Amino acid sequence: MGKEGLGLEITELRLGLPGANSDSGHRCDVMIDKNEKKRAFSEISEDDVEEGNRKKTTIKNQVVGWPPVCSYRKKNSFSDKDGSAKASKMYVKVSMDGAPFLRKIDLGMHEGYSHLAKALEKLFGEALRNAESCEFVPIYEDKDGDWMLVGDVPWEMFTESCKRLRIMKTADAKGFGVLRSKEALN
Amino acid sequence: MNYFPDEVLEHVFDFITSHKDRNSVSLVCKSWYKIERYSRQRVFIGNCYSISPERLIARFPGLKSLTLKGKPHFADFNLVPHDWGGFVYPWIEALAKSRIGLEELRLKRMVVSDESLELLSKSFVNFKSLVLVSCEGFTTDGLAAIAANCRFLRELDLQENEVDDHRGHWLSCFPESCTSLISLNFACLRGEVNLGALERLVSRSPNLKSLRLNRAVPLDTLQKLLMRAPQLVDLGIGSYVHDPFSEAYNKLKIAIQRCKSIRSLSGFLEVAPHCMSAIYPICGNLTFLNLSYAPGLHGNKLMKLIQHCRKLQRLWILDCIGDKGLGVVALTCKELQELRVFPSDPFEAGNAAVTEEGLVLVSAGCPKLNSLLYFCQQMTNAALITVAKNCPNFIRFRLCILDPIKPDPVTNQPLDEGFGAIVQSCKGLKRLSLSGLLTDQVFLYIGMYAEQLEMLSIAFAADSDKGMLYVLNGCKKLRKLEIRDCPFGDAALLEDVGKYETMRSLWMSSCEVTLGGCKAVAEKMPSLNVEIIDESEQMEFNLDDKQKVDKMYLYRTLVGHRKDAPEYVWIL
Repeated sequence: MGKEGLGLEITELRLGLPGANSDSGHRCDVMIDKNEKKRAFSEISEDDVEEGNRKKTTIKNQVVGWPPVCSYRKKNSFSDKDGSAKASKMYVKVSMDGAPFLRKIDLGMHEGYSHLAKALEKLFGEALRNAESCEFVPIYEDKDGDWMLVGDVPWEMFTESCKRLRIMKTADAKGFGVLRSKEALN
Repeated sequence: MNYFPDEVLEHVFDFITSHKDRNSVSLVCKSWYKIERYSRQRVFIGNCYSISPERLIARFPGLKSLTLKGKPHFADFNLVPHDWGGFVYPWIEALAKSRIGLEELRLKRMVVSDESLELLSKSFVNFKSLVLVSCEGFTTDGLAAIAANCRFLRELDLQENEVDDHRGHWLSCFPESCTSLISLNFACLRGEVNLGALERLVSRSPNLKSLRLNRAVPLDTLQKLLMRAPQLVDLGIGSYVHDPFSEAYNKLKIAIQRCKSIRSLSGFLEVAPHCMSAIYPICGNLTFLNLSYAPGLHGNKLMKLIQHCRKLQRLWILDCIGDKGLGVVALTCKELQELRVFPSDPFEAGNAAVTEEGLVLVSAGCPKLNSLLYFCQQMTNAALITVAKNCPNFIRFRLCILDPIKPDPVTNQPLDEGFGAIVQSCKGLKRLSLSGLLTDQVFLYIGMYAEQLEMLSIAFAADSDKGMLYVLNGCKKLRKLEIRDCPFGDAALLEDVGKYETMRSLWMSSCEVTLGGCKAVAEKMPSLNVEIIDESEQMEFNLDDKQKVDKMYLYRTLVGHRKDAPEYVWIL
């Protein structure tokens, strides 16, 4: 599936830690698929650590691979707030502006944001291709009912709090009141 | 120079089973090397890239059991990209082409395709045992091939693998003629299984000693299985949810009581805490209890359960047990040797329920403690010093403070002294993982005292190259060193490159080593593979030697550069 010309550049929105700059001096990097440079959500980043702040700030919630718990265990043994066992399936509804029906996606089946991005492209490829040069932004509704921008928080935190996803036209975002978990970028 | 005929030597060698000892035996002289190699049946390869299947086959024609490990340990924590390597297919392919009568294959952190499982199942008539730990790349279709084709299968043990569950009927693929199963563990599978097929399989497996079920096996099936297999020694319960007043639950109580041989219990992947009393009758005999996948079990119900387990030697638990619960462990489990406390909610560290207090209680109450994995909210030097005094027998000591650079909260000091006490007191320490605020000083202690240390894991520690140098100079038996986010640079890396040939591997990520430094190691030591893992494409555009390397993995090898590395891995 050729991804060029989908017109889905979200070039302004870097979905890593707010404040992280986009030049190559940044060591924890964006995964840009060589063959698909113009993918939608192409700037979703897995790594959240800002280089200079490695040891100074509280690291625990923002670092890849810490605490050192293997991914199998992460997916299978953590409790949610009620104290009951976490379901291994995390199906959430995904809507896209302009698409006639919703889809469902299992967040538990994905390793991180870039995998999620690929999956969303698979689900909405048709609709994305047909949407005439619109820009889209992925947002999600969290447990508190707020609409948040996808990509701010570590992946595991995201999967635990995401209740539904929406692929929204950037044009609509301006009036929408989407929250960011830290300062807004740009 | 043999005073005995070969057969006698061979007979003597039969009694030597440890890999280390057999390796030593083979080095004595040419004749011993020859006898040893023809009689060797079990081979352990800690790094699948250190040797090739062809050379393995050439040296050990009598090979029956092979253990292979693939990805580096830090792959468990998402620090190694998925397709880095560790493919088992070439091994199975080469073994299949040879005349090796493989009977057992044990894999850890390897990529296993359905294709390889199928080839495995069809190539070795006497294949008996497949153990996959933390592997990925296969689906239940591959398992179906194993079930269908391995006529004398005794063991199928799947531990913590990422398996794509096609919900096919892999269990039904065991033919009626298969009655040899001793061990079946499919707890990590997420999908439904054919319950009728499972019941029939268990019924016709009189030698079944170990059975670990997945979440999809409900309580009433569990009851039926236990009725058919009261001889079980190791049981993993899938779903344990039921109404305590129901007939099914009463039947289960009776079934459990018949299982007088159970020594090991795990699972409870879904649990209704009020049903735990049915388990009490077998608790008194348990030596291993693993509740680390049962977050639904905590508080008083959990403590009551533990109070019945007086013979426990190994306990794996979640931190919702709390310090108080660990106090109960300390009072009850006097035979305890191994304790693992996992985090139940690692991203909200404020709620982590165990601290240094729980550990101190256990160390005081359980003098036989020798192996620890402990995720906690905080740790103090005083506690570590006490633990070191109470338990001088630690072989494995792995501490993980959820905030990795947290100092001693009482004194605000680094934890150097505490860990120093551990290495000084525990003269047999083989494995150590550090966390908390740590300076170069702790490494001075490690270099000085940790004479038996074989594996060391370091994260967010040290002030300078000195830290790494103390370790490399001091720990003569070091085999595996893995470091992340420490200020170690080229000076430390290059100080003694010969050392790396005495080790299995070195991992360094987010440190200060540069491309130039890594190149220098590669140049000086052709017997090492020095891999740079760089997914950001920086390497393609910027080959400046002064550039810092994000991830470096080096390991000794007899077979040079591997040919299966993905694009973003550069082997220098």
